[in-house]
Amino acid sequence: MKGRKGLLRFLPLSAMLLFLAGCGEERLSALDPKGPQAQWIYDNMILSLYVMALVVIVVFTLFFIAVFKFRKKPGDDELPKQVEGSKALEITWTVVPIILLIILAVPTIQGTYYFAESPPDVEGSSQAGESGEEAPAPDESEALIIDVVGHQYWWQFDYPQGFTAGNEVHIPVGEKVWFNLTASDVMHSFWVPALGGKIDTVPGVDNMMWLEADEPGVYKGKCAELCGPSHALMDFKVIVQEPEEYEAWVEEMSQEEELPEENSVEADGRQVFEDQGCIGCHAVAGQGTGQGPALSNFADREFIANVVEFSDENLEGWIRNPEDYKQGNNMPGFQNISDEDMEALIAYLKSLSVEE
Amino acid sequence: MATATATANKKKSVVWDWLTTVDHKKLAILYLVAGTLFFVKAGLMALFIRIQLMVPENDFMTGQVFNELITMHGTIMLFLAVTPLIFGFMNFVIPLQIGARDVAFPFINALGFWIFFFGGLLLSMSWFFGGAPDAGWTAYVPLSTREYAGSGMDFYALGLQVSGFGTLISAINFIVTIINMRAPGMTMMRMPLFCWTGLVASILIVFAFTPLAAGLALLMLDRLFMGQFFTPDMGGNSILWAHIFWIFGHPEVYILVLPAFGIISEVVPAFSHKRLFGYTAMVFATIVIAFLSFMVWVHHMFTIGIGPITNSVFALATMTIAVPTGIKIFNWLFTMWGGKLVFNTAMLCAASFVPTFVLGGITGVMLSMAPVDYLYHDTYFVVAHFHYIIIGGIVFGLLAGLYYWYPKMFGHKLNETLGKIMFWLLYIGFHLTFFIQHILGLIGMPRRVYTYLGGQGWDTMNLVSSVGAFVMGAAIVVLVLNIVYSAFKSERITVSDPWNARTLEWATHTPIPEYNFAQTPQVRSLDPWFYEKVHGEGKMQPAEPLQDIHMPNGSILPFLMSLGLFIWGFGMIMINMDNPIVPPGVVIAIGFIMTFGTMVLHSKEDHGYHIPLEEVKKIEKEVG
Repeated sequence: MKGRKGLLRFLPLSAMLLFLAGCGEERLSALDPKGPQAQWIYDNMILSLYVMALVVIVVFTLFFIAVFKFRKKPGDDELPKQVEGSKALEITWTVVPIILLIILAVPTIQGTYYFAESPPDVEGSSQAGESGEEAPAPDESEALIIDVVGHQYWWQFDYPQGFTAGNEVHIPVGEKVWFNLTASDVMHSFWVPALGGKIDTVPGVDNMMWLEADEPGVYKGKCAELCGPSHALMDFKVIVQEPEEYEAWVEEMSQEEELPEENSVEADGRQVFEDQGCIGCHAVAGQGTGQGPALSNFADREFIANVVEFSDENLEGWIRNPEDYKQGNNMPGFQNISDEDMEALIAYLKSLSVEE
Repeated sequence: MATATATANKKKSVVWDWLTTVDHKKLAILYLVAGTLFFVKAGLMALFIRIQLMVPENDFMTGQVFNELITMHGTIMLFLAVTPLIFGFMNFVIPLQIGARDVAFPFINALGFWIFFFGGLLLSMSWFFGGAPDAGWTAYVPLSTREYAGSGMDFYALGLQVSGFGTLISAINFIVTIINMRAPGMTMMRMPLFCWTGLVASILIVFAFTPLAAGLALLMLDRLFMGQFFTPDMGGNSILWAHIFWIFGHPEVYILVLPAFGIISEVVPAFSHKRLFGYTAMVFATIVIAFLSFMVWVHHMFTIGIGPITNSVFALATMTIAVPTGIKIFNWLFTMWGGKLVFNTAMLCAASFVPTFVLGGITGVMLSMAPVDYLYHDTYFVVAHFHYIIIGGIVFGLLAGLYYWYPKMFGHKLNETLGKIMFWLLYIGFHLTFFIQHILGLIGMPRRVYTYLGGQGWDTMNLVSSVGAFVMGAAIVVLVLNIVYSAFKSERITVSDPWNARTLEWATHTPIPEYNFAQTPQVRSLDPWFYEKVHGEGKMQPAEPLQDIHMPNGSILPFLMSLGLFIWGFGMIMINMDNPIVPPGVVIAIGFIMTFGTMVLHSKEDHGYHIPLEEVKKIEKEVG
């Protein structure tokens, strides 16, 4: 694989793609792969481009010669020779494409099985699992298996350690991580372009895929299946961390809820959070629900609901009128919270952090 | 008696004449007009979509409106614009090319048109009753079920059900016409390729539109009568819809593109002044493509989680389609090779089709590699790919056909200068809009997003794409101007064969008499008209004596029958409306009675009428 890639780098087509890779954003663009799956996809895309470039060169050459050479000259009314066809030529352009397609067919099958690998140490596999086969239970495998549920318009990540993260999924670097995906309402599609391919989350069906990242960083993920008016806003992030950092994060996320100090403004906010019923949908520690994203590490996020930058005004705006930000989402607006309560609530939400 | 009917025909008002016509040439023009109106409508939607995506975080429209626009753009373009435009050409050209006086069932032909038209109207009514369909043209469940989508999807299910029925019966009509109505000597292997592709596309319609009708019926039952076919919680299956839809949806692509291939196979030989290279191979390639088109639908669902075995099989099946398609491409190239090419607008569109379609084809092969498709799927790469097929392939094919057959249809050519301006605007605008979308997909832009954040590297490319869309819009404006200008200023054509072409339609007079051929021609070769010009006396040999000509009577019943279906469909949709002014049951009953009542009326025998010999002689003298 590496050898082929090295060779291809010298050729102009990959030079063009490398140039184009500069157009895209790092850790979002698939032209700048950051993991083995994305790299495989990239390499084979380049392979198919080369094979197809052959076809294009032949067709375009014939086309342009024909177009410029065989024009009718003014006054030349003689009929050209009426050729019926040519068996030899027909055979040529049947056989050559078949050979080209075989070149593409071999990696296609290899890749299909490579991407369908199941987590190791599960009974009866390490081979690909057909859909319909029981998804392995998380505790039976050594590998990290994260349960993913797509909701209109947010992502729920349930870790085997028993806690839930909303919209941001942390994984350790350099390790294959499996995702066991489904959806609660309509179909969505889970896609991290810089790390690998996508797979749909389908209500009533469990799908499996793995991803692996070569270097730490924040990778953008997108929903790729039309899922309603706010489909475009259903982003998520994959935060790839060094193993120690990741372990520390898991440790923090697994802790029980730390209540704010009594009589502090955060404690008032915690009360508002309960009184208004926020807690009915949003967990602040441990296991979350499918009703709304868990907020255990809310204050660590860059964006509110993945649409607006994190600021007090935006947070208040979101709580009062979520529909203005994300059309068709399931959170009711809380217009009647008093300013005082809102201030406390915001202070409380901003205290929900697991990072140092 | 017969004479009386014939004269009575002439006294009809223009509107009544068009509403009751069963003449395949007039129905062709109705198809073309209706198709063009829907095309312009869906094209304007595309412009709105591109305005919204021109700059990041644009608030020109909401996500809901955007979803309605993309759904209607796709649905209208495929079902109500391209399909009728193709049917328009098939209706006009196929009977002429096989030397027939009309299609096999003229009444059914009119019925097919009016059902399609009213179905399209029903779908379009959605804008006035709570919003258009919004779950994408693929209408994936559960997003398209009652729980997640408004009444727009009811219009989608019923509108397409009705219009699909029209398409289906028209297709059956074409099959019967091509099999049974060929002139003496016109063997299957002497048929022009446009007839072959029309025949194969019609067979595809019969096999593809039936599963669609079944799927739409299930969707309707789910939405209107609380069926549970697609609800996972109740034991339904949401992947089932995707299968049904794509079993229809993939052949649909070939239903549209094969007749376009046929047009190219007519125009390229005509303006290369050479016979089609490898005719037999072309026919077999068409049949092979049609056969394979039913074995590849899962490539639209590679990422739905169907397992590596199925994905591999369908990936390989998809790749094999490249072989017959390649055969076609090279045969067109070698038709031009060694010819004497004349580049008018028709030939420009037809010739440029070849390289453009190859670009769409190679991305098609790239998409067939299942694991790599996990990247391309549902991104702008796919959007770029299928627009290269649909615009680069089908639209250029249709335009080639329009410029080529226009003089036969309307008695004058379209202006060439305006035609060339249109071609270059469209060609440049098209590549500007869509080439860059390949890259947008690869750098992470999913399709069907109504907005995007700035600074992700997508801004400039989206702007370029939007500018390209406006250039394409300008091209269509030039086309419309051309049609109007040519109608007034263009030189009238009186000769039968203004292009010095090859096939039988050019042996008829311009304008074409109602009965097409005064005497059914005797066909002696492939490209029969060319054969008679070179080897014969320059006119077709008759296969029958000059005699009274039997013609079908016009009828208002197809119009009323279709109107009944429209009313019935609207009544069904009213079941889901909050407060219908009239009880839905009443509306459904009116529609039902109207449709079946007109069927009963139609059961009265109608033997048509005869144009007497003297009349035929008089007409022949006038136009000849």
